[in-house]
Amino acid sequence: MAERILMKGNEAIAEAAIRAGCRHFFGYPITPQTEVSAYMAKRMPKVGGCFLQAESEIAAINMVVGAAAAGVRAMTSSSSPGISLKTEGISYLIGCDLPCVILNIQRGGPGLGGIQPSQADYNQATKAPGHGDAHILVFAPATVQEMVTCIFDMFDLAEKYRMPAMLLGDGLLGQMMEPVEFPDIQITPTEKPWATCGHQNKRKHNIANSLYLQPDQLEQKNRERFQRYAQIQATETRAESFETEDCDVLVVAYGASSRIARSAVMTARAQGLKAGLLRPITLWPFPKEELRKAAQTAKNVLVVEMSMGQMVEDVKLALEFSKPIHFLGHTGGVVPTPAEVLNQLKTIAGGAAQ
Amino acid sequence: MASYNMLFAGFGGQGILFSGKVVAYAGLIDGKEVSWLPSYGPEMRGGTANCSVCISDMPIGSPLVTEPDVLIAMNNPSYDKFIDTVKPGGVVIIDSSLVTSSKRREDVRFYEVPATALSNEHHLEGIANMILLGKLLESTGFTSMDTVEKAVQKCVPASKSHLLEHNLRAIRLGMEQ
Repeated sequence: MAERILMKGNEAIAEAAIRAGCRHFFGYPITPQTEVSAYMAKRMPKVGGCFLQAESEIAAINMVVGAAAAGVRAMTSSSSPGISLKTEGISYLIGCDLPCVILNIQRGGPGLGGIQPSQADYNQATKAPGHGDAHILVFAPATVQEMVTCIFDMFDLAEKYRMPAMLLGDGLLGQMMEPVEFPDIQITPTEKPWATCGHQNKRKHNIANSLYLQPDQLEQKNRERFQRYAQIQATETRAESFETEDCDVLVVAYGASSRIARSAVMTARAQGLKAGLLRPITLWPFPKEELRKAAQTAKNVLVVEMSMGQMVEDVKLALEFSKPIHFLGHTGGVVPTPAEVLNQLKTIAGGAAQ
Repeated sequence: MASYNMLFAGFGGQGILFSGKVVAYAGLIDGKEVSWLPSYGPEMRGGTANCSVCISDMPIGSPLVTEPDVLIAMNNPSYDKFIDTVKPGGVVIIDSSLVTSSKRREDVRFYEVPATALSNEHHLEGIANMILLGKLLESTGFTSMDTVEKAVQKCVPASKSHLLEHNLRAIRLGMEQ
């Protein structure tokens, strides 16, 4: 087994991407994810890769479009306001059916917002990552180790389904250090007969294109893509259940919030309150079945987020409004505490007993 | 179960993040679960800096320490900000050369170490943080000196290996206070 070393989340992501075969990184600095670029700048030249600091976020995402079209594993990274700038390129990537990995180490918004941890880009990532009928894979790991394993899977799944995959982290996960070990995985390059990498007069030339002026053609393209989305929703959801078998109150939280929620659930259990936690790991596709199963015995559900409650809607839809769904959150860079979540759990449980 | 939620706080440049990293590495070497979380942003430059370190037998929940078992404070603003958050029965270690506030708490174990003055006396300029780390080790026994030595080796880059012995000397000095 490889040695466990302490690494910052941002640096671990960058190292994992390189080990996953990414040799093309295009970035533009923004707190709290700048360490990703800094690490790539240091490491990429040593592994024969390309690190390029673009002149803007828009330029960086368009470089990803080019690299992805040529069939290589490409990545870009930013934080909330920078991701907003990238959305045009993300939509083009979706429209051209191109795989890539995008990091969003979220900070408070809207606008320039702040620089402290936030989860307020949930709706943007899961509902409207760009214009048009479009989805991307969205992963929300909760530890530095899980960010590493996710990155490997994200490159694979992005290629399998020919679509962008986003890691939705936050300033807390990006900045913290935790022990991490890197899996010893041999990367086998996927066949990409669609890649625009030079036909050498041996085949018909490929085109990466998202422009369809005939409405029926464009509709057909979108319908094909949504068939793929349906397959993803049926097979690629991921979630972790913790103490949910007999829970009276179910907490739903992802990423950094889920760590805080987990602490609260453990304390609640120690005090005799039957609490459980469902932690979505994929946000799109949203783990509806896993949530329904975890909520079976729950009389109440509490969603904890670092936003004004963006995931609440997905939880309500998945549970079809079958039980009371409460919300506890902070936004703008304020991080909820385990004590607050515990208090809320007690209030809800007390209310439910009456 | 031995579990520690520690907060290291002071000015940027005092080695707050570094001593937190040594403590986190010590936990890792001992086979524990650990996390290290820095404050980040504009406050890093000349302003207050702090980091949260958690060591536990269980997976770490929130890496943000809001109710520390241990507070190490190296300036007045940090001391004033965090002293009331320390859990009753916790440990507070201050650099009494720099923390001049007279506020005290009766329900915690309180240690005053004139670390900055000591570092100047013993030609250990700039590593008062490690003197305080020595006091942390001695007062809590969170790990062994052997582990701390290995942790310092992990944290001091090869290009600065000549500073290794300096750091260890400062830790031993802190243990004697």
